[in-house]
Amino acid sequence: MSESTSDTMSGAIQHSSQGKRMTPARILLYAVLVLFAIYYLLPLYVMLVNSFKPLEEIRGGDMLALPQTWTLAPWQSAWSTAQIGVQATGLKPYFMNSIAMVIPAVLLSTILGALNGYVLTKWRFRGDGIVFGLLLLSCFIPFQIVLIPMARMLGILGLAGTTSGLVLVHLVYGLGFTTLFFRNYYAAFPTELVRAAQIDGAGFFRIFGRILLPSSGPIIVVSVIWQFTNIWNDFLFGASFADVDSVPMTVALNNLVSSSTGVKEYNVHFAGAVLAALPTLVVYIVSGRYFVRGLMAGAVKG
Amino acid sequence: MKERLQLWVPKLVLGPSFLLILFFVYGFILYTGYLSVSDSRMLPSYGFVGLENYEKLWGLRHWTGSLKNLAIFGSLYIVICSVLGLMLAILLDQKIRAEGVLRPIYLYPMALSFIVTGTAWKWFLDPGIGLEQTMHSWGWTSFEFDWIKSRSNAIYTVVIAAVWQSSGFVMAMFLAGLRGVDPDIIRAAEIDGASRARIYRRIIIPMMRPVFLSAFVVLAHLAIKSYDLVVALTGGGPGKATELPATFMYSYTFSRNLMGIGAASAIIMLIMIFSIIVPYLYSELRADKQS
Amino acid sequence: MRLTTIAASVALAAGLSSAVSSAVAADVEVLHWWTSGGEAAALDVLKQDLETQGVGWQDMPVAGGGGEAAMTTLRARVTAGNAPTAVQMLGFDITDWANEGVLANLNSVAEDENWDAVVPTALQAFSKHDGNWIAAPVNVHSTNWVWISKSALDEAGGKAPESWEELVAVLDAMKENGITPLAHGGQPWQDATIFDAVVLSMGNDFYKQSMIDLDMDALSGETMVEVFERMETLRSYVDDNFSGRDWNLASAMVIEGKAGMQMMGDWAKGEFLKAGQTPGEDFLCIRFPGTQGSVTFNSDQFAMFGQEGDADAQQKMAAAILSPEFQSAFNVVKGSVPARTDVSDGDFDDCGKKGMKDLAEANEAGSLFGSMAHGHAAPAAVKNAVYDVVTQHFNGGLSNEEAAEELANAVDAVL
Repeated sequence: MSESTSDTMSGAIQHSSQGKRMTPARILLYAVLVLFAIYYLLPLYVMLVNSFKPLEEIRGGDMLALPQTWTLAPWQSAWSTAQIGVQATGLKPYFMNSIAMVIPAVLLSTILGALNGYVLTKWRFRGDGIVFGLLLLSCFIPFQIVLIPMARMLGILGLAGTTSGLVLVHLVYGLGFTTLFFRNYYAAFPTELVRAAQIDGAGFFRIFGRILLPSSGPIIVVSVIWQFTNIWNDFLFGASFADVDSVPMTVALNNLVSSSTGVKEYNVHFAGAVLAALPTLVVYIVSGRYFVRGLMAGAVKG
Repeated sequence: MKERLQLWVPKLVLGPSFLLILFFVYGFILYTGYLSVSDSRMLPSYGFVGLENYEKLWGLRHWTGSLKNLAIFGSLYIVICSVLGLMLAILLDQKIRAEGVLRPIYLYPMALSFIVTGTAWKWFLDPGIGLEQTMHSWGWTSFEFDWIKSRSNAIYTVVIAAVWQSSGFVMAMFLAGLRGVDPDIIRAAEIDGASRARIYRRIIIPMMRPVFLSAFVVLAHLAIKSYDLVVALTGGGPGKATELPATFMYSYTFSRNLMGIGAASAIIMLIMIFSIIVPYLYSELRADKQS
Repeated sequence: MRLTTIAASVALAAGLSSAVSSAVAADVEVLHWWTSGGEAAALDVLKQDLETQGVGWQDMPVAGGGGEAAMTTLRARVTAGNAPTAVQMLGFDITDWANEGVLANLNSVAEDENWDAVVPTALQAFSKHDGNWIAAPVNVHSTNWVWISKSALDEAGGKAPESWEELVAVLDAMKENGITPLAHGGQPWQDATIFDAVVLSMGNDFYKQSMIDLDMDALSGETMVEVFERMETLRSYVDDNFSGRDWNLASAMVIEGKAGMQMMGDWAKGEFLKAGQTPGEDFLCIRFPGTQGSVTFNSDQFAMFGQEGDADAQQKMAAAILSPEFQSAFNVVKGSVPARTDVSDGDFDDCGKKGMKDLAEANEAGSLFGSMAHGHAAPAAVKNAVYDVVTQHFNGGLSNEEAAEELANAVDAVL
């Protein structure tokens, strides 16, 4: 890094309040940042432009070009009239299935994760390290190996093919992550406060609700974002354990885009892909700021 | 009596989670372990065959090739993501006015599944319709970018797409780490006359050690689990040039009806993952006890 | 605070116990992977037919990998004890499931409708197990087709090739005319589809020995080396960007005149029709040169999973699938030909008519063979072993001799 660059940078840090001079170094800095923004935006751009083109134009070639004729038809088709199996329903009905699965799974895994983190840091007992280790290791198993035994268990529990079954699956395989997040967050929380409250006679849940929970905002955001995107985007479990009335969005999207020997309507596929991604995109954009704050507050320290 | 109960509450709260994990994770791992020494083909079956599946597995060029691919993919992916993540975080930490716009742009790929973005990447990398074609039509006719079609280079396109997906997340982790650095330390160093670059090199980056570790663990397990990425981008091709252990396992267990061999490869994958994670966990937990 | 926790655990318990029963007794739940426009619409004909008979249809589509994803789902569902009532299946998957003893017996409806007489014998090898009917075939796809752009052929001499030498001559002429002679997508199953046709062009006996009987000498012998030589020759007519390309995009190249021909199963016809082209005028359909009179096929069938209370609906569905009206209506849309030989070809276009005639002839002559590329010649493990070798060779990873030897080894390893 050149001398002048480092000078400017130190200047930037020291006087955060005053306006920034546009030195060559700073222009370079912005140029690099914008270049990377382009790299990150490219696939989204490809999906968006092609979703507005008629099919003939896509067959014709240049996929980076803007549409010559703009059309909204692919979007309408993907949402409400495209063939997802025998019915021409579009992706619309599957949206609700995904919502019905995601919300309870995210809430339950976050609540349990918070309580686990609380116990593991403030109510420590012999062997808690091993318990935490086992919970954490569970984040790292490849999900393909649990398919067959999980299917059997869901069958025994009478949950095969139901939304509740999917919620259970996502809850189990999300617990490790949520526990990790909350444990690391609460580890930094002053234990003295908890002890003091205990001496005052406050019980387990009271301490949690009155003392820890009010300051847990950032880490709840991290946990919710993480779980929401993972569960919303899951395909493997959805395809294996869902039934007629619980098929999630990703499975429907896959049905839309990966037909075997049929005609491929790429513009509809791209429109559908963007539609399916909208909820997670919204969650990221709305709460992205808190995400970094939440990571800062604990998740990365682990 | 109430005191007693209070003592049990924490364990009762933790218990259900622990039992769920014990059963649904470790129980299932044991089960897979048994399948790997059984004669299972299409559905689980319980005839014991010893280590036959493991012997067959290591005799398959397909499997050893996928391990080699994972070594290339995994090391490049982890290194590039960490370096890029750190670099972007440092650049973004220079009081950038547009941070609020740029940060979500870097971060959003993590929100999308590869079922969604795989096709877009595939098109973009395809020399016939993607970047190369576009460059040609803009007049740069000598431009060549056909890695995805080449047996020796296709694995690097998988790296490009994978880095695209996770480097923003790593950036966020580093950014969080940078924001957590005590400004007093930096101020003190500045008073001593240290240059900005020096402060980063000598003080701030070394302080990021725990972030590096967390990033490594997250990236390593993502690398080993990479599945949809390969399926959507190359389907393991050209030839077997981008086959990874995860795609191998799925293919043998579910499409080739050789569940025993698939289970054996799953166990090997688990051993690889655990050999990365367990030492990390151990050091973490020990450090935790000391503090 | 305690209250909310209790509420949460109650919610969990309630969620866990509210297992909803899925299908009403008189319904069929159908697991299939026909999700795209044309084929799904064609299946809708069956759905409506069944509904007029009072049988409800619960749709359970899982697309991906030519049925691979659906088969994974099926395995999970069967393991969970929650099998769908009817499942789309291909070739050896049917046999594998029949071996598990979980498929319903369809003998009575088969007898009523006289399936034994009208379904081609080679199909019956999959639809029957131990002499019992266990699956109802919907269609027959034949895979040894070549789709040629009429204008490109006219420029290259105008005569459709009938032998290997003529094919090479036409491909050379197309190359000279400055187009890509052979449009192809480098995915294992597409490579193997061409491979099938080339093996078949070496003679019916050779195809049977090598692909169906899996004779080691045939798999590694000189004729197989010659097959790989021909594959290598074909490879030289493919453009540089072939790898990973979807087959539809390869069809599009032919449609737009950028490429001369494509070697692909009859589903490719749908792409040409959808682009407004007419068989005979804009494009030609011929059998792979040297294979006229023989047909390699794959056939989609519906197998029924034996469950209490569903038997009546299942029998009705099986009968409806094999009714001549549905067979005609469905296959006109799908591009394939009916799975019974007594259906009128009145509604089919020229390529469809030719397909039906070829199928009937091949059935008579005993030259109707299951396609290796599409899982109708050998079980899944063998099929994938063949894919591995063919794809590796096609991408330049093996010499012709090595490929033949490796083919025998790979097949031997999974038997």
